[in-house]
Amino acid sequence: MTSKAKQVYLIPYYLWIALFVIAPVLLILYYSLFDLNGELTLSNYADFFTPVYLKMTLSSFWYAFLITVFSLLVAYPAAWLLTRTKHKQLWLLLIILPTWINLLLKTYAFIGIFGTFGPVNSILDVLGIGEKQILFTGFSFVFVSVYIFIPFMILPIFSALEDLNPTLLSAARDLGASGWTTFRRVVFPLTVSGVRSGCMAVFIPALSLFMITRLIAGNRVITLGTAIEQHFLVTQDWGMGSTVAVFLIVVMALVMVLAGGRKGARHGK
Amino acid sequence: MENRNRWSNLYLALVFIVLYAPIFYLMYYSFNSGGTMHEFEGFTLDHYREVVQDTRLIIIVINTLVIALLSSAIATIIAVIGALAIQHVRSRRAKNTLLSLNNVLIVSPDVIIGASFLILFTIAGVQLGFSSVLLSHIAFSVPIAVLMILPHLEEMSPTLTDAARDLGATRRDVLTKVILPVIRPGIFSGFFMALTYSLDDFAVTFFVTGNGYSTLSVEIYSRARQGVSLSINALSTLIFLFTVLLVVGYYFLTVKKAKKPSAELTAEAGVPR
Repeated sequence: MTSKAKQVYLIPYYLWIALFVIAPVLLILYYSLFDLNGELTLSNYADFFTPVYLKMTLSSFWYAFLITVFSLLVAYPAAWLLTRTKHKQLWLLLIILPTWINLLLKTYAFIGIFGTFGPVNSILDVLGIGEKQILFTGFSFVFVSVYIFIPFMILPIFSALEDLNPTLLSAARDLGASGWTTFRRVVFPLTVSGVRSGCMAVFIPALSLFMITRLIAGNRVITLGTAIEQHFLVTQDWGMGSTVAVFLIVVMALVMVLAGGRKGARHGK
Repeated sequence: MENRNRWSNLYLALVFIVLYAPIFYLMYYSFNSGGTMHEFEGFTLDHYREVVQDTRLIIIVINTLVIALLSSAIATIIAVIGALAIQHVRSRRAKNTLLSLNNVLIVSPDVIIGASFLILFTIAGVQLGFSSVLLSHIAFSVPIAVLMILPHLEEMSPTLTDAARDLGATRRDVLTKVILPVIRPGIFSGFFMALTYSLDDFAVTFFVTGNGYSTLSVEIYSRARQGVSLSINALSTLIFLFTVLLVVGYYFLTVKKAKKPSAELTAEAGVPR
């Protein structure tokens, strides 16, 4: 009954931390220092800072940024309107339900919808715009990603809006604020924590998705995620893949520090 | 005001339509007798017959279920231990460190988890296939299960265990007769979360599965890369129904047990897998 006896049964959990949390990060770091011939070098990092990779990184960030902004633009009004509905919990459940359906199936649906003979193209045809190549473009990639991420943006914003004290709105009105001023000065600042965790839940995965990129954007869009997948599974250059992964980990840590730095880092959970 | 209400309802309706349209689109064309996803020629159940008769697919479904159930069971056990470990730690700082270590796998992108596990298994000499997939599913399901169990453990009054000890219960009795029954709802939801994580996972599995072994997500991916095949539509209809059943079942289970089910349901909203 000593404290040592206490510790013994905790071993599996600490073993899990050591093996599956700490070791993988160290291994990624370690592998990023080796080139294709297995020699210890910093050349992977030197390669990473060449125009080819920098361009890819930049475009990956640009797409992730677009996806986050559009998700936010769609999700904020939706979350706001959801808090005004009668059966809030039911509607919220209906927003969550699609997230339980396998990502791949939803993505696959868009192969049909955006296809050459798909419904979107027939609508364009009827409107007289004519058929367009929609699949395998940057647009379809952003659209499908926004579609996938919207619920994850709505949820934290919804819970932040729920915590908002409604008397504050009345007070703002009474003091003569217009609708827009109320939003800018009262509602948005008070729900910014929800916006922040929503953006975090979207931005980082948007940087690293590779499945949507492959299926929807063909090889048009290359994100950091696709680059890692390519290096590990296709070209077998684990060193370079690990280097990109190290970069992604650093970005992730930075985003989390920036987003969670102030006390408002309440999760939407 | 009236007018404004109409606009806001329209907006919400639009969001819901966009969210659900692709899913119903898939389901609709699963009954199409023509082979494409754009021209509905006639009603047929052929694609369902195809799915049911596809032995390879059936084996993959069984694989997926075995992995999901086995990995969530093991992950839940480790998570119970983990929650106890985190609760045992006295100093606030150590507790926070442990919690952050716990959460690393929840926030890291799947590609990184997949790639790093691939390195790990290769170095450790684990054969890529069933065992590597099982191990990685256990690994990424542990943290979410811990997060589901921990609140229940922290809500439990410490006087309960003290009383049990005073009355002469052994350490083991305290665990099996006091602690475990109290945190059972948490264990349930932890298991359930682990199950959905495992069933949903694509990226990590894609990295650590070798040749010849496949789960449903990986199989759908490789079929979808070859273009449209309506048996995927039929399959997704079946999966959709299964998911709805699972969610509804879970919802009613938790509504019966606890007052606040929505909080735990929304916990799924982590990083998309």
